[in-house]
Amino acid sequence: MATATAPATDIHHDSHDPHATNTGISNNKLAMWLFLSTECLLFGALISTYLIYKTRGNSEVLPTDLFDIPFTSVSSFVLLMSSLTMVLALSAFGRNDLDRGKAWLLVTAMLGAVFMGGQAYEFTAFYEEGLGYTTNPAASAFYTLTGFHGAHVSIGIIMLMSLWVAANQGKLTGKNSETVEIVGLYWHFVDLVWIFIFTVIYLIPPE
Amino acid sequence: MAIIEEPLALTSGEQHAERPLGVLTRPQANGSWKDWVSTVDHKKIGIMYGVAAMFFFLVGGLEALLIRTQLAFPESGFLSADVYNQIFTMHGVTMIFLFVMPFAAAFANYLIPLQIGARDVAFPRLNALSFWVWLSGAIFLNTSWIVGGGGADCGWFCYSPNSGITFSPTNGVDFYAIGLLITGIASLVSAVNLAVTCLNMRAPGMSLFRMPVLTWMLLVTQFLLAFALPVITVALLLLLFDRQFDSQFFDPEAGADPLLWQHLFWIFGHPEVYIIILPSFGIISEVIPAFSRKPIFGYSFMVFSGIAIGFMGWGVWAHHMFVSGIGPISVFAFSMATMFIAVPTGVKILNWLATMWGGKLNFSTAMLFAVGTVTMFTIGGLSGVTHSLAPADTQQTDTYYIVAHFHYVIFGGGVLGLFAGVYFWWPKVFGHLLDERRGKIHFWAMLIGFNLTFGPMHVLGLQGMSRRINTYSSGFGFEFWNLVATIGSYILGASVLYFLWNVYKSKKDAPNLPAPGPDPWDARSLEWSIPSPTPEHNFDEIPVIESQDDWWFRKYNIEDDGSVVRISSAEDAAQKGDAVGVHLPSPSFWPLVLAIGLPLIGYGLIFNLWLCVVGGLLTGGAIYAWVLEPVDDPDAGAHGHDDHRDGGDPDGELATVGAAGDDMEGED
Ligand code: HEM
Ligand SMILES: [Cu+2]
Repeated sequence: MATATAPATDIHHDSHDPHATNTGISNNKLAMWLFLSTECLLFGALISTYLIYKTRGNSEVLPTDLFDIPFTSVSSFVLLMSSLTMVLALSAFGRNDLDRGKAWLLVTAMLGAVFMGGQAYEFTAFYEEGLGYTTNPAASAFYTLTGFHGAHVSIGIIMLMSLWVAANQGKLTGKNSETVEIVGLYWHFVDLVWIFIFTVIYLIPPE
Repeated sequence: MAIIEEPLALTSGEQHAERPLGVLTRPQANGSWKDWVSTVDHKKIGIMYGVAAMFFFLVGGLEALLIRTQLAFPESGFLSADVYNQIFTMHGVTMIFLFVMPFAAAFANYLIPLQIGARDVAFPRLNALSFWVWLSGAIFLNTSWIVGGGGADCGWFCYSPNSGITFSPTNGVDFYAIGLLITGIASLVSAVNLAVTCLNMRAPGMSLFRMPVLTWMLLVTQFLLAFALPVITVALLLLLFDRQFDSQFFDPEAGADPLLWQHLFWIFGHPEVYIIILPSFGIISEVIPAFSRKPIFGYSFMVFSGIAIGFMGWGVWAHHMFVSGIGPISVFAFSMATMFIAVPTGVKILNWLATMWGGKLNFSTAMLFAVGTVTMFTIGGLSGVTHSLAPADTQQTDTYYIVAHFHYVIFGGGVLGLFAGVYFWWPKVFGHLLDERRGKIHFWAMLIGFNLTFGPMHVLGLQGMSRRINTYSSGFGFEFWNLVATIGSYILGASVLYFLWNVYKSKKDAPNLPAPGPDPWDARSLEWSIPSPTPEHNFDEIPVIESQDDWWFRKYNIEDDGSVVRISSAEDAAQKGDAVGVHLPSPSFWPLVLAIGLPLIGYGLIFNLWLCVVGGLLTGGAIYAWVLEPVDDPDAGAHGHDDHRDGGDPDGELATVGAAGDDMEGED
């Protein structure tokens, strides 16, 4: 049994050293991956709901009648670009280039905000053309799905800004760039979901 | 967001009060009730889950007795139809979401770190958060009796359009939706936390395929939770939006499809039944080998059948919808899938029997409950197979035959197994045994009561008695078996009270009895290698694992001729629990504060949006305070130590917390 215990010097480091996890992935990152995989189910259910309901409505207007593909393409492109700037932010932090890192964080958040502005505009325009939240099942499903995605983007913006503030206070440096990476995972995920929504909901025409 | 300075190393004795956001002083462990409300210790959290779940077991049990009292005689007026609807709905909801799930969570919290050789879970504060959020949701749900105009009255599956404002005009269904959303957040957080714990925090040498079967089953359960809960989250949100904001998800007149709810609910609902049963399967897979004095038969079959159940559980949900008009092809496919899912389940049953086969059986109370679980679950599984045949199910659905089935699986398979675990691990948790003689009386009373209650329901169901109807007329031949079932339910109720008596008496007698020692059952997994009750720091030294059932092999050797030789007493082989200076995470109030915010948001949605603002501020504030509070308090008491080279983890936890936390807020 003498062989059966870890060397005493290791006691304090056993389970708390992120580099010593069994999978080699830190707890935080693994938790984020798991969380994002549960989010797939959340969006999966919302997207299915919309697909089932997209032509349901006794009243005239349906979301598909109102889509403005060029406009949404532009705002989708903006969101896509924000993934690029997120990568740049992370690589800057990785190099401990804090000034660039902060700048890219800010740019990422701004691009996210532009996308949200686009969604606000789209919602208002649709509303003015007679598609309210309660108009018909298709409308409810459309606003709920895209609204949920918007809420995720907004939370992402809050997290990016929190990182930016922390970096300005000197609390976020190259040493804990993994935090940036984890927020980045979330951001890319939200982005990816949008690409999916845009393709399936906006681009594929109704039968 | 995980951006905090690394905690300062203070020499002991120096005082320094931490006040994130300037509100609450960092709690210090000092033996008062504050230790409990601020604890992040997985063992205390496990105990709190257990106690709270027991409380809701009594609530749900009381509701069950009201149901049975109403049904004792035909045309009874004890409960009105309306009240009856509320009682059976709240009974089901309480038993599933507020008793079985959290009771299993008690085992998961307490035992996973011990069985894999860890000092705590991956995210101790998130663990506390899960408990408090679950409790706040549970209390919220039950306040609908007082402020919501009554309980939900739509059945635990709450089919639309029955659940809409038109047919369910009180706030009961709103409380149902929001309450389950809140408890869902708790389970989701805890699922991620415990899954990461199993995957990442195992002791050296504890490879995945050396983990005890219980830990395996709990790991599968966490994955089921992680993927099933988002689906019911969506369903509940759509329902809530329909009721609160007039969206059109479930209004057939507006062109909506009420079957959408059924699909979403059962895509969650069928995995949910495995969420309920797998922890119990895991528990008896520990108990049966210990009392058969043999290793579990077919470890890898046990694990893989559990994983197979975890996968197949996703492909059978529409067997709950055979009569809803989903079409012959769907009915056929789901009927076949349902028959197949019985296979891995059968594998498990055979493995338990094979484990007992030729073993030196010792029928302790825990073993009795485990064997009871296998037999009762087999009965429930067989009636389940009869439902998998769609033509037969067309006759059975919505009758008492279904009620009989799911009680045999949930109560017979799930709850009895959990009680096996209670008797088995009680000494580890509390440092004394539950009295065996009283335990056996408890077992037999419960088994007899259970069979008297639910056995006759098979007959009633096949005779055509409908479920979810508040009474029946005389002259259909329903009288006798209903009365038997009601008598049985009172025996069952009495057995639960007797169990509580056993708990009380055993504690009272404990000082006069010999201490159980680290390993009273001569068992096989790691939690028995440390003193009872478990010391605060779990392991003095993290063990290095060399084989499956490593602990057993520290006590026994298998000679070349196959004979088993004892090489060490448990006392000698066990750790002493006297380590000092072990680094443990510090307590925190923020999980509790955050949890209090959520029901306020819930009340706000129902009654007055201003309350949402209050709740939102509380929740949001708690999230930021949490993020700013270092996981390791520099002035923590007894167990603090000064080496923070591993500070990466403490701040690291927060990144995910920030993300998950913010997100929950968004989804509320
Ligand atoms: C004292 C023990 C119990 C008794 C006497 C009892 C009795 C009943 C009865 C008579 C019903 C049928 C109500 C109706 O459909 O008209 C019912 C429903 C139900 N019970 Fe139990 N029960 C007990 C324990 C449990 C436990 C431990 C669980 C879960 C772990 C449970 C879960 C359920 C569920 C899910 C329903 C269905 C509710 C619905 O249709 O919405 N019961 N119970
Ligand atoms: Cu099912």
